[in-house]
Amino acid sequence: MEEAIPYLIVLAKCVFAVAFVMQIVPLLIWAERKGSAYIQDRPGPNRADILGIRAGGLVHTLVDVVKLIMKEDILPDHVNWFYWFIAPVIAMTVSLCTFIVVPFGDTFLGYDLRVSAIDGGLLYVLAMTSLGVYGIMLAGWASNNKFSLLGGLRASAQMVSYELAMGLSAAVIFLLSGSVSLQEIVGQQITGFFPNGTLLNWNVFSPWGFVAFILFWTAAFAETNRTPFDLPEGEAELVAGYHTEYSSLRFALFFMAEYANMIVAASVTTTLFFGGYSTGLPFVDGTFLRAHADLVVAAAGFGAVPPLLFFASVAWKRRNRPFYKAIPADDIRHREPKFFTGLWAGLAVAHVGLGLAGLLGLPGKLSLNLLSMGAIEDATVFGPDLVAAVVHLTVFSVKVLIGCWFFIWVRWTIVRFRYDQLMALGWKRMLPMALANLFVAALWVIVKETFLV
Amino acid sequence: MNSSEAIYLWEVVKGLALTMSHVIKNIFQPERFRTIEYPDMRKPMAARYRGAHRLLTRPDGAVKCVACMCCPTVCPAKCITIIAGENPDDPAEKFPIEFDIDMLRCIYCGFCVEACPKDAIRMDTRIYEINAFTRQDMVHNKPYMVNLMDGLKPRAETVYRDDPKAAPSGYTFDEKPVV
Repeated sequence: MEEAIPYLIVLAKCVFAVAFVMQIVPLLIWAERKGSAYIQDRPGPNRADILGIRAGGLVHTLVDVVKLIMKEDILPDHVNWFYWFIAPVIAMTVSLCTFIVVPFGDTFLGYDLRVSAIDGGLLYVLAMTSLGVYGIMLAGWASNNKFSLLGGLRASAQMVSYELAMGLSAAVIFLLSGSVSLQEIVGQQITGFFPNGTLLNWNVFSPWGFVAFILFWTAAFAETNRTPFDLPEGEAELVAGYHTEYSSLRFALFFMAEYANMIVAASVTTTLFFGGYSTGLPFVDGTFLRAHADLVVAAAGFGAVPPLLFFASVAWKRRNRPFYKAIPADDIRHREPKFFTGLWAGLAVAHVGLGLAGLLGLPGKLSLNLLSMGAIEDATVFGPDLVAAVVHLTVFSVKVLIGCWFFIWVRWTIVRFRYDQLMALGWKRMLPMALANLFVAALWVIVKETFLV
Repeated sequence: MNSSEAIYLWEVVKGLALTMSHVIKNIFQPERFRTIEYPDMRKPMAARYRGAHRLLTRPDGAVKCVACMCCPTVCPAKCITIIAGENPDDPAEKFPIEFDIDMLRCIYCGFCVEACPKDAIRMDTRIYEINAFTRQDMVHNKPYMVNLMDGLKPRAETVYRDDPKAAPSGYTFDEKPVV
């Protein structure tokens, strides 16, 4: 049993990594729909409901899954069936695999909080994102029609072109931190010139880091095939590009892979430039969180109460909206404002409980001993580690979600590039800029190590 | 194109600011949406909107129509079919045995309403959802057009519960001709 624990930990981390990405995907699909609607002054999806709870259109995502499962899975006659079958699998697998080197916390009882402690983490990320092109390319080729092939060709050409600028801007981070391990890159953004954990220690707040961030982020749009670089889909010219022939869950795999790619790109960008799981508050680092676990829990618990109560009041006021006046008095949807008022108020009460637990000093004492009511003697105290892990994971998730929202935001703001403009931007603008930036960063590192240290 | 536009990055930032301002405004002021959440909410139609035809009745329940054939004569789409019969109580007066309007052919010009000397037909229902599964069902007959407002009544009560003034005039069954 004892020797099985490391393997179980690895398994748990694998499950967590897959779940993390796959849980955010439906949320992003919802954000894409609702966000695009709000940008275009529409209310967006709000029809589907479960027992009258519409949850602002979240139910639509659920209904979508049912729809995609129920749809007929068409195998066209003219495709190369082997490559046609494995293409969506490759696309999805690669995007999920990339996430395994991204750290989402420092340590938990001595276990590294990333699925795989590969020291060449960043190189692994770059390698896996290059593999991602195979899914799209094979889909385009195996579909055996002109439009899909053009989509696949565009995807591969564009991904290969932007890979260069992406790698060169990531190389700036190698130089600045002297390591390719993502855990170390994050660690070096927590410590630095400013007090531990300060926002200004992040790589993005240095001149070369900022330029590298802009280049990396732009290349990430091209790598994930998102607007303004979504020419492989190009529905105006190419029907739907590389996934024209796919239906049902095979299409859903491509669809989810696109969103999973967004999440991975946002995670990697967060890790490289925005301090990963670093809180951004001066002096608040892993050591601080562990030392003051009770205080942190109390602050988080009581701090969450006012916003939750505000949400409850907003939900309660929503019952006066014209929509609820217009529908019949016995309509099932009348329970929605009441449900959400109860939900937010209940969460507020739960957070008061959390805050009280923090004041009583429970989180710092949380141990296997406490859980087993004294049956296990001298059990490990995991409370402080748990608090640190939860705070780090929350900070990391918030940063990733902001990054993902940026993808969506840009998609509904900027129009698609023409293909020659895309290539010109990649080769004539971004590549020289990335090289010049790398040169300046290298000079800075030399100057720093020669004169300042 | 000046130099700041050529770099493109600043223009991107300006565009992003514009779209985000819309998102924030829409989150805090959902009433900005022009979308009408049909079928839960409906657009209040203008008073002179020409919807589906209805036939008016006298206090005793008989249709006002005297089968004078003015409306089929004036109808440019030739969609009105009237089969006239004699009133057994008053042989001098006719009444329509059949009064059919083929809504697939009707062009909603309102000439039938203008032509009617007895104020027997009106288009003030503001019903615009005129649909059926078969072509035959698209032909509105006499009982259908007489009872048209009964079907509208519960819906009007729902839609205009808080603002009865916005309800269609036909809903109140006022007998004054629409000017």
